[in-house]
Amino acid sequence: MTDDANQETFATDAQEPMAPPRSQWADVWDQFRHHRGAMWGAGIFIFIILMVIVGPWVYWNDPTYVPTGRDFLNLRDTRPIYTVIWDSGAKVNWLHPLGTDNLGRDTLGRLLTGGRVSIAVGVAAMVLSIVIGTLIGVLAGYFRFLDGILMRLTDLFLALPLLPLLLVAVLLFREPLSASFGPEGGTFILIVTLVGVTSWMQTARIVRGDILALKEREFVLAARSIGTRPHHMILRHLLPNVLSPIIVSATLGIATAIITESALSFLGFGFPPDFPTWGKLLFDAVDRMNLYPERVVWPGLLISLTVLSVNYVGDGLRDALDPRIRGR
Amino acid sequence: MLTFTIRRLVLSVPTLLFIALVIFLLLELAPGDPLAGQPLTIPDEVRQRMREALGVGQPVWIAFPKWLYQFFVVEPAYMMDALFGTNWAGDQQRVISWQTRSPVMDIVVQRLPQTLWVVGTAYVVAILIALPIGIYSAYRQYSWFDNAGTFVTMVGFSVPPFFSGVLVIVIFSVQLGWFPSIYDTTHEVVDWETFKVQLQQMVMPVMVLALQITSQLSRFMRASMLDNLNQDYVRTARAKGLSERVVVMVHVLRNSLIPVVTVIALGIPAIFGGAIITEQVFKVNGIGQLLITAIQANDLPMVQTLTFIFAILIVLFNLVADVLYGLLDPRIRYD
Repeated sequence: MTDDANQETFATDAQEPMAPPRSQWADVWDQFRHHRGAMWGAGIFIFIILMVIVGPWVYWNDPTYVPTGRDFLNLRDTRPIYTVIWDSGAKVNWLHPLGTDNLGRDTLGRLLTGGRVSIAVGVAAMVLSIVIGTLIGVLAGYFRFLDGILMRLTDLFLALPLLPLLLVAVLLFREPLSASFGPEGGTFILIVTLVGVTSWMQTARIVRGDILALKEREFVLAARSIGTRPHHMILRHLLPNVLSPIIVSATLGIATAIITESALSFLGFGFPPDFPTWGKLLFDAVDRMNLYPERVVWPGLLISLTVLSVNYVGDGLRDALDPRIRGR
Repeated sequence: MLTFTIRRLVLSVPTLLFIALVIFLLLELAPGDPLAGQPLTIPDEVRQRMREALGVGQPVWIAFPKWLYQFFVVEPAYMMDALFGTNWAGDQQRVISWQTRSPVMDIVVQRLPQTLWVVGTAYVVAILIALPIGIYSAYRQYSWFDNAGTFVTMVGFSVPPFFSGVLVIVIFSVQLGWFPSIYDTTHEVVDWETFKVQLQQMVMPVMVLALQITSQLSRFMRASMLDNLNQDYVRTARAKGLSERVVVMVHVLRNSLIPVVTVIALGIPAIFGGAIITEQVFKVNGIGQLLITAIQANDLPMVQTLTFIFAILIVLFNLVADVLYGLLDPRIRYD
């Protein structure tokens, strides 16, 4: 990879290097910057993350506050403020920009806190799946005696009907985990574990393939000949070289995890009722979507936008990290 | 090729048995009692006998082989009896659903047409849309059509079916009122009018499913075409004066279709899994909806059987894809 970076200086064939040497990551950033979709995706994704992290602190409405008495009648089922553009008689409240639900809870506030959960689940599940996938891929690629059994395991996981099993597993383990970690914490752990455990297979396959190819290279032979231990060999020499496919599948993994979590919530197998996530908000709003379409549209839009931007970032990273495409 | 197919078929038996065991053990842990819905006035010994009649509480090493026997021997025998009027099955015990107390396979056979009708149509529609889009975007790479196609496929990837489904319901059925939001499975097609109604109710679920499948397939078609368009044989074909149409539609297309066909085969079982959500959104009472209700009602034999059918489909179509790849591409030989 470093040869690639120095190519320019060799090409000029001068005694003095014309430009200062460039690091690999500067090249990657250069290529990434020229992918318009990826830049937009990164911008939108960072914006959404900042919004859900900072939003709940800045925003003035408490998402869990349920008004009582006369307030309840005044505040429930208000429409978003933009509805007045076409319907001047709509019930709106300027303090609740996106309206409230049938209990008078603020929609924007719930979207912001729900986003925290959705994105946290996505990121945590991605980390778990990348760790499992990389571990299995490295072990299978590096140790020949583990290869057969680990790859059969991967094939087996690929042959499992995952969505039905996820649903069954949620049903099985929700009660015991909720008992020991509280309803929210238990469900969080459960969903992160399940999504992570069922989505590592592609990463493992890619990593194994790359490790198998790298093992034949001279630098590995050199490292082995000076007596490098296997764990050192893997951590020092092999893992840094398979980093780029891992980064790409990590980005795409966030998208898959967010979609899976929302799908589970949508089918009613997700977080407990008063704990908002985007999928849950969408699910709760479906019953009354002919009266209040905005309650369906906003969470769905946020899920789609997040996943779309993450996918674009993954696409751009794939191009940027591939030295054959870079510099074209 | 034949030996390869046979070897793979034989190898898939232990895989399937293992998957069946995994599903079975997972379900063994499930909480819930199939008799929870029965009145409390039932005496304990009667309750115990009902439990035995349902086969609850048997140890795994008895229950699992029993289920396997019922699934692989008794159910096919009943199927043969129903088809050819033989009497192979006698009155052996079938796999019974705890929820409805009727044989699981009967319910599955009732539900299958709806799923196949909706999902199958969506798949065909998606293939018909995806292939031309993929071909043209590859042929005019980086043109506005290609960029628009890339954007649409990215959107298709990213918008989950439970949102796109709800969105088309809000737009086409609530606002515009063109299509019904619920798929009526009792509707029978007898004449032109009822056929039109059937078409109308199928449009939205098919549209939602097809968007997803189209975006995957057209991406794949495009990549595969791009791989082939720069090959030497294409230059040769152009050099010997073949028309552009023949070069692209005959030479390049046929070679690019090889991996795409295998992807189409691989996608068929995944469609059954993905249709769970779409069926839930449009209230199609197909296999996916059956699975959801069975899980919610703790109907373990039903869940076990359905999940295992999905697993069989996945393993089978993996095999089909591998065999197809070998048949279509003579360079690939497994032996």
